[in-house]
Amino acid sequence: MKRKHRMKIGLRDRVFLGIVYFVLAVYFLLMLYPLLYVASASFSDPKAVAGGEMVLWPVRPSLSAYRYVFHYKEIWVGYANTVFYTVAGTLINLAVTLPCAYALSRRDLYGRGVLLALFMVTMYVSGGLIPGYLNLNDLGMVNTRWALLLPGAVSVYNLIVARTFFANTIPWELQEAAWLDGCSDAKAFVHIVLPLSAPIVAVLAIYYGVGHWNAYFNAMIYIRDRALYPLQVFLREILTQGQFMAQALQGGAAYTTEEMAVMIKQADTANMIKYAVIVVSAAPMMAVYPFIQKYFTKGVMIGSVKG
Amino acid sequence: MKSVKTKKTALRQIRAHWQLYVMMLPAILAILVFSYKPMYGIIIAFKKYSFRQGYWGSPWVGLENFRRLFGSYWFPIILRNTLTLSVLSLVVGFPVPILLALLANELGSEKVKRTFQTVSYAPHFISTVVLCGMVILFTNPSHGIINLLIRAMGGEPVAFMQEQSMFKWVYVLSGVWQGSGWGAIIYFAALSGVDQSLLDAASVDGASRLQKILYVNLPVLVPTIVVMLVLQCGSLLGVGYEKVLLLQNSLNQESSEVISTYVYRMGLVNYDYSFSTAAGLFNSVCNAAVLVVANTVSRRLTNASLW
Repeated sequence: MKRKHRMKIGLRDRVFLGIVYFVLAVYFLLMLYPLLYVASASFSDPKAVAGGEMVLWPVRPSLSAYRYVFHYKEIWVGYANTVFYTVAGTLINLAVTLPCAYALSRRDLYGRGVLLALFMVTMYVSGGLIPGYLNLNDLGMVNTRWALLLPGAVSVYNLIVARTFFANTIPWELQEAAWLDGCSDAKAFVHIVLPLSAPIVAVLAIYYGVGHWNAYFNAMIYIRDRALYPLQVFLREILTQGQFMAQALQGGAAYTTEEMAVMIKQADTANMIKYAVIVVSAAPMMAVYPFIQKYFTKGVMIGSVKG
Repeated sequence: MKSVKTKKTALRQIRAHWQLYVMMLPAILAILVFSYKPMYGIIIAFKKYSFRQGYWGSPWVGLENFRRLFGSYWFPIILRNTLTLSVLSLVVGFPVPILLALLANELGSEKVKRTFQTVSYAPHFISTVVLCGMVILFTNPSHGIINLLIRAMGGEPVAFMQEQSMFKWVYVLSGVWQGSGWGAIIYFAALSGVDQSLLDAASVDGASRLQKILYVNLPVLVPTIVVMLVLQCGSLLGVGYEKVLLLQNSLNQESSEVISTYVYRMGLVNYDYSFSTAAGLFNSVCNAAVLVVANTVSRRLTNASLW
């Protein structure tokens, strides 16, 4: 009797597992397909993409889209700027956040509660868009690189994550021993705490770095000089504002057949370039993140520990 | 007498650990200048601000800006759109990561599990600009892959970016695509804390896989689920401008304009600084109120609280 029950469970489990695998497989394909499609489309004949001939793998592969992109100078200006903002911005973030997080992790810090509250408040209360803009304007930072480097110098969420890490993983006895040996607070931080904190430095560098790489809004409102634009702002122009075709067609304007043919050809080429631009801009992130993903999980786990 | 003594020890403590305060200085300066100083700019919500007269010189107008906001044509529209987008995101997007973590947890091989997770994180690393660019390309009525598929199945192409009723689905589903894998991390982390002996005991008692998920794994996730739910409910009126601005066009504006994009438009496009600040202030006060209510409800019901 019992054995029969067991077998029934075994069968039910196998059916259930089958459903689980099926659902996960569908989800997996939904995640992956758009990415593969973009990559393949960027290497394909634009006519094959527009006509629905290209489903998964490139059709009549060519590199012509990339040839256009390589000659589009502004993209490379944006690329260089983004690399600069990401590297310089992340270094500033780390230099400001880590020492502060360490100090706040020290239970013997006088006034720790008040100081922590000072930071926490800014997570829930802010001046808002316009007061923030006017503030940077008063400081003379609008249309300078500083506008993208300094205002976000410390993210309170990351600060708390780092503080939790220092408080929970650096043995207090180790620090005490260092002070007994005459080590100052700053020295203890640099020579004892930091070498033990590689995971949290990695987590913060990645969080901040990805943020800088992908940000567009602040650059859009604070930067007017095109030579200072990061890549994402150029991408925005190319990807989301090139709706001239749609609008022209919507307007019901009368075009001759030749004009239409030229416009369609232009539109096809434009789309091909869009796919290539997406690949060029997202490739670094796509290449790097699988190798650092364990740090992401770690960051989320540290962040979810209250303390 | 006593207070003098504590004051003395406080001073002595601060002197002894002055280096810790120096380590905090850059971060404290950053939030004072970039978070607290703009808060003071909120007063222009109650003024008729002009650049020439500055914060103090501009005349007070009391609640005039708020009166104008509540009486404006756009006010009911942006309120409705904000609520539509956030409620739909919550209803559709919130359960997906939970389900995903529970199901992927059933994957037997660690290698398969890791591959699955890596791919599910990928969309998170794509910038908002690129995501929206992909959405616009994919939904194009004549050559977008989604409409090509619809046509292949015998349907009529849909102008997703132009049709009012479609905007919310474009916004929410693209959000689920980008965020669900990443959102599952926190549940994966919680599931790694499930007591293996409980699962073994359940197996001995003849529990099926589904029963183990429902009665062992799911209960472990409940505290995390509650906290995430409170956080999400707290941002019910906090639909950000970054993504909406990129997906917005003149044809879908009636269903895409939300409070934050309205603040942006009135402030930085129309230069109506005081009015825009008032709208932003209204939004953040509502956000804070909703967060407090959500947190109180959760504390009453489940003892889980954000603070």
